[in-house]
Amino acid sequence: MSGYVDLLRLTAPEIVVTLAGLLLLILDLSLLRRASLAARFRSAVLIGCAGCIVAVLWLERMAAQGALPAGMLVVNSLTQLLQLALLALAIMVLLLALSARFTTHAGEYCSLILFATVAMMLLVSTQNLLVIFITIEFLSLSLYVLTAFDKESSQSAEAGLKYFLYGGMSAGILLFGMSLLYGISGSLALEPIAAAVSSLPSDPLLTLGIVMVMTGFGFKIAAAPFHMWAPEVYQGAPTSSASLVASSSKVASFFALFVVFSIGLAGAAGSAELGNHSAGWTGLMAVVAAASMLWGNLAAIAQTSVRRLLAFSAVGHAGYMLIALVAHSRQSLIALVYYVVTYALATAGAFAVLGALEDEKIDSIVDFKGLAKRAPDLSFCLLIFLLSLAGIPPLSGFFGKFYVFTAALNQGSHLGLLWLVLLALATSMVSFYYYLKVLKQAYVAEPTAGATAIHAPASKRAICWIVAALVVLLGCLPDLLLNKIAAAVPNAFR
Amino acid sequence: MSDSLSLVSILTLLPFVGGIAVLLAGRAGRAPARLTALIFATAAVAITALMWWRFQPSAPGIQLQEWHAWEPAIGLAYHVGIDGLSLLMVAVSSIVVLMSVAASWKNEKQGAAYFSFLLFLEMGLFGTFTALNFLHWFLFWELSLIPAFFLIRIWGGSARARAATQFFVYTMVGSIALLLSFLALFLASGSFDFVELTRMAQNGQLAAAIGQNLHWHQWDTGHITMALFCGVFLGFAVKTPVVPFHGWLASTYSEAAPETTMVLTGALSKMGVYGFLRILLPIFPEQMWRARTVLLWLAIATIVLPAFTAWVQNDLKKMFAFGSINHLGYCILGITAVAGSSLATAAQVHEKAAALTGVMLQLFSHGITAAALFWFLALLARRSGGLTGLHEFGGLRRRVPIFSGLMGIALFASLGLPGLIGFPGEFLIFKGVFPLDWWAAALALPGLLMTAVFLLTILQRVFSGPLSERWTGMPDLSLAEQWMLAPVIVVLFAVGLYPQVISGMVHATVMQFVGLVRY
Amino acid sequence: MLAWTIYLSFIGAIAVSIMPAKSAAAARITALLTTLLGLGIAVVAVAQQPSGQLLTIARKPWIPTLGIEYHLAADGISLVMVLLTGIAAVAGVLFSWNIDRRVKDFFALYLILIGAVYGVFLSFDLFDLFVFYEIAIIPKYFLIAIWGSTRREYAAMKLVLYSFAGSALVLAGLIAAYVVSGGRTLSLDALAHFPFPAHFQMWAFPLVFVGFAVLAGMWPFHTWAPTGHAAAPTAASMLLAGVVMKLGAYGCLRVAMMLFPHGLDSWGFHVLGFGSWQQVFAVLAVIGIVYGASIALVQKDLKFVVGYSSVSHMGFVLLGLMTLNQIGMSGGVYQMFSHGIIAGLLFAVVGRMVYERTHTRDLPELSRIPLARLIPFAAVTFVLAFMASIGLPGFTGFIAELEVLIGSWRAFPWMSWIAGLGILIGIAFSWRALQATFFGEAETVSEPLPAITLPERLGACLLLASTIALGLYPRLLMGLILPALNGPLFEQLRRSGWR
Repeated sequence: MSGYVDLLRLTAPEIVVTLAGLLLLILDLSLLRRASLAARFRSAVLIGCAGCIVAVLWLERMAAQGALPAGMLVVNSLTQLLQLALLALAIMVLLLALSARFTTHAGEYCSLILFATVAMMLLVSTQNLLVIFITIEFLSLSLYVLTAFDKESSQSAEAGLKYFLYGGMSAGILLFGMSLLYGISGSLALEPIAAAVSSLPSDPLLTLGIVMVMTGFGFKIAAAPFHMWAPEVYQGAPTSSASLVASSSKVASFFALFVVFSIGLAGAAGSAELGNHSAGWTGLMAVVAAASMLWGNLAAIAQTSVRRLLAFSAVGHAGYMLIALVAHSRQSLIALVYYVVTYALATAGAFAVLGALEDEKIDSIVDFKGLAKRAPDLSFCLLIFLLSLAGIPPLSGFFGKFYVFTAALNQGSHLGLLWLVLLALATSMVSFYYYLKVLKQAYVAEPTAGATAIHAPASKRAICWIVAALVVLLGCLPDLLLNKIAAAVPNAFR
Repeated sequence: MSDSLSLVSILTLLPFVGGIAVLLAGRAGRAPARLTALIFATAAVAITALMWWRFQPSAPGIQLQEWHAWEPAIGLAYHVGIDGLSLLMVAVSSIVVLMSVAASWKNEKQGAAYFSFLLFLEMGLFGTFTALNFLHWFLFWELSLIPAFFLIRIWGGSARARAATQFFVYTMVGSIALLLSFLALFLASGSFDFVELTRMAQNGQLAAAIGQNLHWHQWDTGHITMALFCGVFLGFAVKTPVVPFHGWLASTYSEAAPETTMVLTGALSKMGVYGFLRILLPIFPEQMWRARTVLLWLAIATIVLPAFTAWVQNDLKKMFAFGSINHLGYCILGITAVAGSSLATAAQVHEKAAALTGVMLQLFSHGITAAALFWFLALLARRSGGLTGLHEFGGLRRRVPIFSGLMGIALFASLGLPGLIGFPGEFLIFKGVFPLDWWAAALALPGLLMTAVFLLTILQRVFSGPLSERWTGMPDLSLAEQWMLAPVIVVLFAVGLYPQVISGMVHATVMQFVGLVRY
Repeated sequence: MLAWTIYLSFIGAIAVSIMPAKSAAAARITALLTTLLGLGIAVVAVAQQPSGQLLTIARKPWIPTLGIEYHLAADGISLVMVLLTGIAAVAGVLFSWNIDRRVKDFFALYLILIGAVYGVFLSFDLFDLFVFYEIAIIPKYFLIAIWGSTRREYAAMKLVLYSFAGSALVLAGLIAAYVVSGGRTLSLDALAHFPFPAHFQMWAFPLVFVGFAVLAGMWPFHTWAPTGHAAAPTAASMLLAGVVMKLGAYGCLRVAMMLFPHGLDSWGFHVLGFGSWQQVFAVLAVIGIVYGASIALVQKDLKFVVGYSSVSHMGFVLLGLMTLNQIGMSGGVYQMFSHGIIAGLLFAVVGRMVYERTHTRDLPELSRIPLARLIPFAAVTFVLAFMASIGLPGFTGFIAELEVLIGSWRAFPWMSWIAGLGILIGIAFSWRALQATFFGEAETVSEPLPAITLPERLGACLLLASTIALGLYPRLLMGLILPALNGPLFEQLRRSGWR
């Protein structure tokens, strides 16, 4: 039976990463018991990065493609591309954790990061409802723990608990929805579900199932009105954990969402175009998208903490990305992948800057006063990241939005989704305002008297610079990434 | 049509160079500055004389023409030339400016900046009088405003701010109306060129073009043309000025320094009448004919009312200012009468020619005379510590006999005494207007009378009567001043006794204008 | 070679920002050299250009997946704008010579802004145009917020948010055009010939036009302009009013009118007396002319007077564009150039020469200081600037307003009268400002003010020379503008309704 051999071959990268995680855990718990915290973190991160790098190389050189029955594992160029992105982000988070001192459990922390990454790598490689659920749960549990990891901080604990409660409830809803879909179609794989769905368009059970699945996913991607956990987690979790939550988990979750809805539920799509409206999940998703854009961006204006601001802006960005889902075409998939990857980069970068500034207890916006004088290179990187999030050319965030909007307007006829695009543009303007508020503090305001220059560790500054360079590069030459995605998409879907 | 840089361009550029030279010379002190100004003013007079000599009085049409393309897309071309009228105006301007430079010779308050503004103003004048393309003409028309404004604003009397503002605003409003009307004309005819437009007006092409190209709410072509005429008329009416647009003049002339007013009244005021002759009459002859009654009444008002107003004034400057309006009113009367009747008999031609010749003579005469009067006022004000009230003086004849004598000559010239320069012009105007519109001429007579009255009043109040103690120490004209004034007095007599020097020169031009009034 | 105007500016910006913070002089000199080179290139390009031909500077595929190219080209109108930018840039640097706080940052931001502006004028791919347009927004914010004066943070935020909002509308229209034309290219010459459906053009045109017109200060979207210009430091105001507002007008012409000319057609029905977008925007333009001038008349702050006068002058630009005939539109473009120089002059005098010495912009206060005697050079410059701004013949403003008025006589006769009224009000407020600032009834005793420095003199001479030279010899610019308007790019516009 080629089953297990195939499985091993196809999941080789995940296996590598898992092994790395286990290895560093073992090492930390045995040989390095006596070593200093710094040394333990160093070795853990080293091993973790090594594992990720090996996985990357494997993906580049020797990766196999194929599928397991019932869509349990589907490995093609697109999923491999996404896994590359996830691994890169994992390396970044690990490097960010290099100077973390909020916990003594170095090995556990780093291995959890790796395990979460494995979960995400599996999540993007499957088209089976059950496997999706398992990997989402795997991911979520890792993230809950990572969020609550700072035992000294009550904020961290509160965040972790909230995350867990919200997550648990939404997992239940997701599972219930999935079971309804199973009930209707008799299969857990997306292709048979698609066939079943297109033959019975308006079954109330189907509608219920779709709504519940969307709710479950909505929580994961922090779309309104399921986003209530996000501000707490972004603020309370340790920087590297928050970075992981904000960046990679979005990549994986959005992709999984797209796969489920545009493959599995294509038949019930309907249309959200103005003047051409028909019932289906696109309408619902459009509403969620609009709510996210509005709620996220408007609430962000009032925030005084930078992390909470980032959390609400994440809600807004979820809205933009959902537009790509409403369009559910090949072009919108390319746009979505580009957007979510570059968004993850920019967010990870922003958290990297926050991490570098952690020692100075800089959290609220006013703390950023005069940052340009105190830490010029860090504030320049922050400028790049925030402007990319705002969508200013020539940074990658702009091009992502441009492409998503183009794909949305290309959908259907007569530019039906124009209303969503206009709403997105209007809320972009709002987002520009609050990002500029932070930058204003950094660049325009003078530092408070007695404030000294900030010397962040070299490793953190290096990450910031590299990610900033990537954001600029992908903005100026988007084709570098776009080509790869566009080449990978045809042999992934229709 | 020559195509080379000739006398006219040199003449126009000369004062500009002069103005800059004066500024530069002024760094070394007032004396070099005024000397430079004098040199350039004299050079301008010399070139004018050269042009006069080169001018062929018997040849009709524009002479010494130059034409260069400037910006064809908007109809802008560099087109200059002179006929009798322009040459006369240029002559008046150059002479008056020279007089003004001489008048300011001793006035310490007026330094290099003053002289340079004066020369820039002269450039504006020359440009206006020789331009034959509207945009080019308008450029200089507006450019002359700025130096004039500053001359009034900076070196004027106590209420100079308000006077300068009034002057500026009134003129600007007129200019904008002018501009808008001409833009519409351009739209209709495709040309900004005066010669071209005159030709089109003469053979009816202009009316046809207006009818064809300007469609305003289905207005009748005649009405449209009348509206355009009103716009252009407004511009010149403000400048001349014609009553009731004259509100700015009295305060401007009295607040400005008398040396400045010499140029304002001697040259700048001619721009308005020039506009009537160069633009209004040739291009809108029919409209002038249609509006003749209104225009004649306005002319009469311009002659009579200021004369009466002058009589009740208490300040010499104001009196001369109103007198100035009155004198130019005769020109308007003459032009309007000529335009107001169509060409019929040979006798009528003769009368119209007389009227227009009178207008030309009056323009020249008024320029010199009014400038001279204000020069005397300047001299008087310098001796009296700035006072120019009518009743401040008395019996000056005994104290400053030479001054009184010369000023008396100027006053009589202004009055129109035969033998002096003022007479031929006024005489010819009335001679021409009486047969054409006898009632207008009759109604204008009181104006003549009042002018005589108030001028004689001045003579009596200022020069006769008992001498007040204040003026017992007043110095008479110095030798230098006498030498400077002498040529002016000579001209007052010479042209008065031998007006052919002017009328002969403008004869062909006058006939041409007479011929234009035909529709 | 023209593309080097963009590259040099950005290179200059980088060079300035990596200099050590102590060497303010080096930063200034680098900025001056960079802008001088840019101006030099612009002048050479204008001299070399065989008029009427479209000069392609660079054309490379950028994002082949979407058919987006890196496409730079210049026709006559672009050259005029590039020349304006060159002159304004040099003048701005000269007038900022005295900045002593965060000098490096100032010039770095300034050069980025200049580079982006050059980019907009030279872009021939809509995507590139938009990218450069957006890049210009960030330096604007920081220039005002850091070095500005009255309520600078509020003014800066208002300005950039309005700009961003306008550009959001433009982006929507841009993407819609891209999608409707088949999603193959965003190149301007291809799109200019693409037959967009009439009903699409009917809404795409106002969307894009309004988006750009916000930046051009069209009434009623102009409120950012006076606040922003008054708050900005001198060089920034010069650039903002002089050049950046022209980005909006240029976009209106180059994008909205060139690509969607049928949007200007008659609707076939009437709403409130309007029958087409042409009429609507023409009326808004004329309202802007009169409104801007009227509000300027009652201002007490000198810089606000100039700010509102910019709104009024830009009204002429928009009116000229809306006349839809050759002379009116060329007048609109000419006014873009003319007002760019004149606004630079006015802000230079008001901001740099007067305000930085007297530290007040309040007209009643200024009239008590005998400025004409203390800083005569500034007085002369302001008088000349005043003459230029009221449209006196001999300066570029006259030619521009003349053409616009002729064009509007042809298109909407009665609006010419209102525009003429606007000119009169313009004369009135300029007069009032001139009087109060330099010729007020001053106390005779006052402390001397610092003399006008050499960089200020050079800057003023540069601007004055430009406006006088091109006012007396308009052929130079007309020879570029007219062939461009008659060129193939505007063919659709001409066919749809050249009146």
